[in-house]
Amino acid sequence: MSLVETRGLTVRIGRNRILDHVDFAIEKGEIVTIVGPNGSGKSTLLRALIGAVAPSEGEVTRAPGLRIGYVPQRLHIDPTLPMTVGRFLSLPRRQSAVDLRMALEAAGLPDLGGRQMGDLSGGQFQRVLLARALMEKPDLLILDEATQGLDQPGSAAFYRRIEEVRQEMGCAVLMVSHELHVVMSASDRVVCLNGHVCCEGQPEHVAQAEEYRALFGSGTQGALALYRHDHDHEHAGCVGGHDHAHDGCGHGHDQEHQYGATR
Amino acid sequence: MIGALMDDFLIRAALAGLGVALAAAPLGCFVVWRRMAYFGDATAHASILGIALALGFGMSVFAGALVVALAMAMAVSTLSGRGVAMDTLLGVLAHSALAFGLVAVSFLQGVRIDLMGYLFGDILAVSKTDLAVIWGGAVLVVALLAWRWQALLTATLSSDLAQASGIDPRREQLGLTLALAVVVAVAIKVVGVLLIAAMLIIPAAAARPLAGTPERMAAVAVGLAALAALAGVEGSFVLDTPTGPTIVCVAAAIFALTSSLAALRRTVARR
Repeated sequence: MSLVETRGLTVRIGRNRILDHVDFAIEKGEIVTIVGPNGSGKSTLLRALIGAVAPSEGEVTRAPGLRIGYVPQRLHIDPTLPMTVGRFLSLPRRQSAVDLRMALEAAGLPDLGGRQMGDLSGGQFQRVLLARALMEKPDLLILDEATQGLDQPGSAAFYRRIEEVRQEMGCAVLMVSHELHVVMSASDRVVCLNGHVCCEGQPEHVAQAEEYRALFGSGTQGALALYRHDHDHEHAGCVGGHDHAHDGCGHGHDQEHQYGATR
Repeated sequence: MIGALMDDFLIRAALAGLGVALAAAPLGCFVVWRRMAYFGDATAHASILGIALALGFGMSVFAGALVVALAMAMAVSTLSGRGVAMDTLLGVLAHSALAFGLVAVSFLQGVRIDLMGYLFGDILAVSKTDLAVIWGGAVLVVALLAWRWQALLTATLSSDLAQASGIDPRREQLGLTLALAVVVAVAIKVVGVLLIAAMLIIPAAAARPLAGTPERMAAVAVGLAALAALAGVEGSFVLDTPTGPTIVCVAAAIFALTSSLAALRRTVARR
């Protein structure tokens, strides 16, 4: 059985239909990346998967006893709330001193247990968020644009850490990115979302079909790879029975292409 | 011995103040962390309406205040999830609840004289029964906070983080709402309707610069609130000033002190 599965998931917020009949599933140990432009419903899909958004139609099924480690897009800690790194890692469940030390070491932050969360750099903060999500040994790790606000070396290091985590813990990983050109080469599957599922497939297929080389090269040790849509392509790399025309996709790729072109 | 002590109105007043401090301070931390200050105000101000209704129907003032505070807290809590402009709405609710309460009280015969007591507290007139109600409510609130502490903290940080861990943030919010209504109801006798929010917010705010973790902030807030309660009761007796406002004045002085110390420490650290 899938860890989480949606069938015909439709989410309306106010008058806007954010998600439209999305069928999605992630299996044990699988790494899936969701890409799509801003406002395509990526975060809403994740929030529906964790149960924070109720489906307007369709259903979300979670495997019984599923443990989810969730790394939010950003986390604002009110300045009135004192919170050390060590204390943060003990939420929502208390952790032993040994486990805390091990988690901090694994995250590469061995001496920061007593540091206030507000005093961390962006990269350190993200690593702490990830470490907290891993404390409960999740079956499924969900990352919502976890590298937003990090520079390229920072996000490359973050993705390498994700790969390590998957190897060590064997958990499934579901990531979201609005950067179409950045997906993990280790993704088993890439899902392109724009309100509905436009297209999904193995990143290798997509990359080969698209004739594009890795954008970030050896500097990131292959953790980052290029995945790029053309406006007139045939979705050659996509698998599955998508018999609908992609005219209605409207990805708004101009920005991403521009970004790629300046490199 | 204890019975004899309890006969002393100053001892009863001190115990009442301590009871409110014990419950209001840790709950106040959540009020501060979750930016619910106005929420506390609206709930507290609404309780005057409950008092008027209770006096009109010959019910217990405590019960009347509790029911109306609870209704107000639930209403605000429900509306807050709907994207209404919250500060405006709370401003409207807080002050209109107070105004309606005051008008309702004026319809009642013979209670006009007691109005000051309900608005600013009448801690020196606390009876043994009042004391039992105050401590009963305080223990209930502290027990609830202790039981749900981890979940409450997680939900306060982020409702999505809570949800992903299987915690229902709405349930935790409901717990806080209930606790708030109880604290309002038991604190009326001590500081009065107008100053209950001060007992929630000021000790927590004063504790902030002295704490590195949420638990420490709650503990320090309890200590500071207890200090303010005791010094306030003593001070009002010596200076012949109204007790509730005196307690809040002491708390405010403590806040000014810890805030200046924190500012001083930052300045020193920068050099």
